[in-house]
Amino acid sequence: MEANVLDVNGLQKSFGRNHVLRGIDIALAPGTVTVLMGANGAGKSTLVKVICGHHGSDGGTMRLDGRPFAPADAADAIKRGVVTVHQSIDDGVISDLDVANNLMLDRLVGGGALFVRERRLRAAAAEVAARMGLEIDLRARVSELSVADRQMIAIARAMARAPEVLILDEPTSSLSATEADRLFALIDRLRDQGVAILYISHRMSDIRRIADRIVVMRDGAISGRFDTTPLDYEAAVTAMLGHRMTDVDIAPAAPGAPVLELNGLRLWHHAPAFDLVAHDGEVVAMVGLLGSGKSRLAEILFGLRTPVAGRMRIDGAAYRPDGAGEAKARGVHLSPKDRGSNAVIPAFDIADNMTLPFLGAFGAGPLLSGRAQVASADDMIDRLGIVCQSARDGIDTLSGGNQQKVMIARWLLRDARVLLLDEPFQGVDIGARRDIGRHIRDTAKGRATLVFLAEIDEALEIADRVVVLHEGRMVSEHRAGQIDLSALVSDISGAEVRA
Amino acid sequence: MTDRLLDLAIRYGFLALLAGLLVYFSVAAPGFFGPLSAAFVLQSVAITGILALGVTCTLVVGGFDLSIGAVATSALMLSAYSMVILEHPAIVAVALCLLMGAGVGFINGILIVKCRVPDLLATLGMMFLLIGLQRIPTQGNSIATGMTLSDGRVAEGTFSPAFLWLGRHRFDLFIDRLLPMPVVVFVVIAVLIWLFLGFTRHGRLMYAIGSNARAAALVGTPVERYRIAAYMISGVTASVGGILLAARLGRGDIASGNNLLLDSVAAALIGFAVLGAARPNAFGTAMGALFVGILLQGMTMMNAPYYTQDFVKGAVLVAALVFTFYLSARRGRAGQ
Repeated sequence: MEANVLDVNGLQKSFGRNHVLRGIDIALAPGTVTVLMGANGAGKSTLVKVICGHHGSDGGTMRLDGRPFAPADAADAIKRGVVTVHQSIDDGVISDLDVANNLMLDRLVGGGALFVRERRLRAAAAEVAARMGLEIDLRARVSELSVADRQMIAIARAMARAPEVLILDEPTSSLSATEADRLFALIDRLRDQGVAILYISHRMSDIRRIADRIVVMRDGAISGRFDTTPLDYEAAVTAMLGHRMTDVDIAPAAPGAPVLELNGLRLWHHAPAFDLVAHDGEVVAMVGLLGSGKSRLAEILFGLRTPVAGRMRIDGAAYRPDGAGEAKARGVHLSPKDRGSNAVIPAFDIADNMTLPFLGAFGAGPLLSGRAQVASADDMIDRLGIVCQSARDGIDTLSGGNQQKVMIARWLLRDARVLLLDEPFQGVDIGARRDIGRHIRDTAKGRATLVFLAEIDEALEIADRVVVLHEGRMVSEHRAGQIDLSALVSDISGAEVRA
Repeated sequence: MTDRLLDLAIRYGFLALLAGLLVYFSVAAPGFFGPLSAAFVLQSVAITGILALGVTCTLVVGGFDLSIGAVATSALMLSAYSMVILEHPAIVAVALCLLMGAGVGFINGILIVKCRVPDLLATLGMMFLLIGLQRIPTQGNSIATGMTLSDGRVAEGTFSPAFLWLGRHRFDLFIDRLLPMPVVVFVVIAVLIWLFLGFTRHGRLMYAIGSNARAAALVGTPVERYRIAAYMISGVTASVGGILLAARLGRGDIASGNNLLLDSVAAALIGFAVLGAARPNAFGTAMGALFVGILLQGMTMMNAPYYTQDFVKGAVLVAALVFTFYLSARRGRAGQ
């Protein structure tokens, strides 16, 4: 075996009392794609941030080409040849500049002549693009390009520095399957050029396509390494999920009368129609990767978008909301994903945040009654186990899990007929996740509940029924208690569809 | 312990400073402490304060209204034009001004919400437009009874006594003819806006929009309607300010109201620091206006030259902003 480019030994990292990395050993070899798998909160992103110089380490060593490697900051890591493309693409490109300028950004930063020589810049950009096999108009503004093209540009710019190690943090999380294929072709090229690539993902379709080796992380430690041919994907998934799923016993509820009925619904023009019925008292998990259409479905049900085709009914009556207000009036409540941008009002306290959707119900006429708000909030704080001093605490004094509980409590204050929860466990620790899940199941009577999730184990913890979406189509349904895990995994990754 | 102290300082520091200022001037400047002097201070801040309360509403929804000063002077000119040249009664003149204010606010709102023009730019454009517009009907001249019009006629109309009453009437309080009408209007508007922003669900939703518009929309708030409403409130209060100014001056003076925009914006921003709110609020705005008024009155009575006034206002504003943003940020971090 060749010498490793990067050797990480016994790496430790803590944030306060939170021990995120508990002694990580990982080695990257040239011309190899090492996939790092792990569920949310396993510590993948932290590991990446230590390697790329964003965080310092609290223990352990890193060696690059045999020499000690302890980058002072991100710029230092890049100078030493370790380049990272982060998850959030728009951090990597400047959308108001054209492609050529974006590709040459480093050279603009790195000094040289005062005046930019347009022609020379374009020639150099064209050279970089050609080496990467990019076929993009160099004069196009980045803001006009697709997400995939922007991703390619960020990677191409990173590669212009001829790095030894390239780290890609969930690069396909915003890409469709066809866009992802272009990215994989680029990665193949880089592998052939002898770059050591660390590819972070927990998406089986990506991993099957490009992995040479798999390293699995769970709860801040390495829980499995796989480098046999062929790779043992099943074992990798088990190592990623651990035994957590067997901890949960779901007693599937006997479904009541149909509440929400979808007929011939189409999410996109190119997607096939599907039907779905959600019953009273039932919790349905809609599982799929990003771009599978689950957020789009949630938005359609909440009146934020209109479906391409199809009919919706609630309790037998036609349902065609033209906005969140009407959806709310019909008893459809949506707790959106990304609470930071879509749900939390940072200037408000807990009580105001929680009662926001139903302010009209607290007080007389237009006047608000603070006492009524606090009384309702206190009740929810007890029921969901929100850890706080009082309902008048600022929302930003709470931990992520407790904030999420407040955001979900917001929609439980009034009885919903259809409750939609989009990624309710995002950025939530396991304790809070259990609390939320238990409460959702306990109160499920009297409504139909749809939970939109990307993680399998989260779905298994909460759902009576798991429905798999892939690129806007409904692939399969699985009932709790009789789920074939490997079938579920391959459905989600769309293995059959693409094969 | 230091956290508690910091918290107290942020919460009551500004009001303590205000109280300290009052005590200091009462001792140092003979004649400062008394009903007449108080009425004078209130009179001097009433119109600025009314405008500041309006701009507070736009700050609450995360916007900004630079056109308030121009709306006020437009109302000043419009009321004069209406009464002196068109010879309307007072009630028509007032109604025209209020409609104009609401209309300008509505257009501002549409520009910002529907045309997606950034708030500063839209209201800046509107400001220029109005400053220009108010001069066109009179070829850039001030309006007064007896002036000669472009067609050779002489303007016969007058400011009616009812209209002048709005600006000049004084109510009896403690002593005869103490409290001027504009002060009463200021207090009434301050109480209304304070109730509206602080204690109604509409006010709460407007704060929600200012803090996270997307989240507010996702709980079913008609965000665009509230935004437009905020600019309309701002336009109407600015026109009220203009009416009071016209009623006090008794003529359509083209050069009046130059300082209105900056003074009222400063009052609203100083208001962030009151009670540690760190956000726009009606009580703070009123206190901010009062603070500036008291400071200037006290300094004037201690013979500070008039040209130092803007410098003092600027210093107060910068100090209040540092107070708000730097100290509150520290408190935020301490709480984590």
